[in-house]
Amino acid sequence: MSGTFVGMPAFPTAARAALGNTQLRRNLAHATHTIRDKRAQVVGEVEEWEALRLAGAGVKEAALRDLATHLETLEESLIRAGAVVHWARDAEEACEIVAQVAKSHQVDEVVKVKSMATLEIGLNDHLEREGIAAWETDLAELIVQLGDDLPSHILVPAIHRNRAEIREIFRTRMAASGRPAPDDLSDDPAALAGAAREHMREKFLRAKVAVSGANFAVADTGTLVVVESEGNGRMCLTLPEVLISVVGIEKVVATWSDLDPMLRLLPRSSTGERMNPYTSTWSGVHPGDGPQEVHVVLLDNGRTRALADDVGRQALRCIRCSACLNVCPVYERTGGHAYGSVYPGPIGAILNPLLKGVSDEQTASLPYASSLCGACFEVCPVRIDIPSVLVDQRAAVVDSHRDDRRPKAEAVAMKAAAWAFSDSRRLAWAERASGLAGRVMSRFSRTTLPGGRAAAGRLPGPAAGWTGARDLPAPPEESFRAWWDRTDGGQFGEGR
Amino acid sequence: MRVALQVTCVNDAMFPDTGKAVVRLLRRLGVDVDFPRAQTCCGQPMVNTGYLDEAVPVVRTFVDAFAGYDAIVTPSGSCAGSARHQHSIVAERSGDAVLQAAVAETGPRTYELSEFLVDVLGVTDVGAYFPHRVTYHPTCHSLRMLGVGDRPQRLLEAVRGLTLVDLPHATECCGFGGTFALKNADTSVAMGADKARHVRDTGAEVLVAGDNSCLMHIGGMLSRQRAGVRVMHLAEILASTEETEGESDGPVVGERAGDLA
Repeated sequence: MSGTFVGMPAFPTAARAALGNTQLRRNLAHATHTIRDKRAQVVGEVEEWEALRLAGAGVKEAALRDLATHLETLEESLIRAGAVVHWARDAEEACEIVAQVAKSHQVDEVVKVKSMATLEIGLNDHLEREGIAAWETDLAELIVQLGDDLPSHILVPAIHRNRAEIREIFRTRMAASGRPAPDDLSDDPAALAGAAREHMREKFLRAKVAVSGANFAVADTGTLVVVESEGNGRMCLTLPEVLISVVGIEKVVATWSDLDPMLRLLPRSSTGERMNPYTSTWSGVHPGDGPQEVHVVLLDNGRTRALADDVGRQALRCIRCSACLNVCPVYERTGGHAYGSVYPGPIGAILNPLLKGVSDEQTASLPYASSLCGACFEVCPVRIDIPSVLVDQRAAVVDSHRDDRRPKAEAVAMKAAAWAFSDSRRLAWAERASGLAGRVMSRFSRTTLPGGRAAAGRLPGPAAGWTGARDLPAPPEESFRAWWDRTDGGQFGEGR
Repeated sequence: MRVALQVTCVNDAMFPDTGKAVVRLLRRLGVDVDFPRAQTCCGQPMVNTGYLDEAVPVVRTFVDAFAGYDAIVTPSGSCAGSARHQHSIVAERSGDAVLQAAVAETGPRTYELSEFLVDVLGVTDVGAYFPHRVTYHPTCHSLRMLGVGDRPQRLLEAVRGLTLVDLPHATECCGFGGTFALKNADTSVAMGADKARHVRDTGAEVLVAGDNSCLMHIGGMLSRQRAGVRVMHLAEILASTEETEGESDGPVVGERAGDLA
């Protein structure tokens, strides 16, 4: 059982609640800064990092440019290697395919490798409704699952939890789904990992069916690649008799050698490691070695929608490293739940609207959940220009409301501003009005800003969002433009 | 060289002293700077909020106002970034080939102040005097969109009497973000609170940056906290000399409350 993002409020509302969670703020500030620093250090070691980024972006861009061809090649290669290939248009179809395969083996449980695609399609809940328990085996994913919680980070989904909370979850919840935690469990990280290992091992050994995603799918060899750090993935990929992998269609790369830049970029960007600990690759079925029935579900679920977007399609290059989350000043303070999706942070703020469209209010709020500071673009290993896509998606939100019968106050304000800014005489007139207001404000002001200017006081309406927490200088009586006219550009009068 | 000042709408309406400081500074360096009267705004508020159609006439006004100048100097990293990186998006949206050609002319000629001083004029010592303890916040758009690098610090280090102290976590965003500050006010303030804390930790008397919009946000928080730190635009410090410093008992260049009453 897990929680659900369905019915989440728009970002500003969800963020307001999260910002008041002191434990969350403390955990996230610590965790994001730790990973951020670690990444910066190991990336700094690679002299040709920029060239590597360009190569990584190039590999993904080339694959996306001719996606249909590469997918057909992948399908042929997989079938030749003995895999069964399924195509799923959306989440419902993908979940149904996985459930059917599991049911054909009469199982009531599956073990899972951490996978964003299966989280995206809500596979665990679907399987539960079909009477099949889906056990997460990644440590952080297990913490989220046992706690009836939601993931808040792409790489470390339990980043919002600290070890005291994790101990409590293990102590109270493990027994219900298998081996209980030891009575004397401490909050020492090694002890917590030990309890999880004991708990999961019996599930690995028992399960007949495993479900995974894939970090990459190599078209010419029909190879799927899973990159993980704990070895749980290796267990799931090798021990069970049946393996079902749900793979987003954007995971395809053309050739085996295309993996070269990707596998160098991913660990340094993601966990801040020089090399990934467990990299598993497999191509179909090998008699006597590993799963003897291999299914691959190729998932669209909005990806072709994103692909059709000229500006936004670059988001499909994403390799889910989460470097953008770790450097994002917004994510660092609100955490992942406020984004209302399994894809939080800067990449989530563009990926969700690209996959789903902007017709619902929650998704439409995501492109605005950014100060456009650009830190995400700077660290992205495949050079996704997230700020530009954010702005483009904001335009998509605005354009979707252009035919509204009652325009939003913001739209009216922007039209008014555009009118004033289209002719300098109009702007000069507005500045004279604001100068008069400033004169009145200054006279009644009870606050002086450091340096001597009078403050405007608390303002009503949308401006209250500003003056609620920040002093605002009263507008000057004379605009720059008026000063220039009066002094002939400072040539006489108060030239200084 | 024909040089135009793009003062920016925020400075025009709210911070005229920054514009005056740029004029004074450039004249001192021998540049006969012009202020094209037809200018208004770079269009960034519309673009960054998603109102691309609304930005079209604003960008048109920009390119008309600045046509024919060799260099367009602006005391804002953000507005320079808008001209260099966003005007082409707006022009493409308009479908107007004339506008597309015009922004391709004005964009590359637009310089943020520190770029213009260091790269075009080739100076780092502008002959300024400012005997105060100062810390510098690199605004996101000047740092990451334009890549001004350490030009502002080099300019500040050459100012006589000035003590420049490092700002902890300097490259982290202050949380202004244009309409973000209103649409996501809570998150914006949470970011600003941390920035203000880092500024206070430096013990500096003045926080300096190249964008008054970010300074309005951080300075507004520092003022509300009665932190005893003021904010100043880079241009105002670089324009300061022994003469201007003598006119007040503190680092006051702008209008004081008394002048307005």
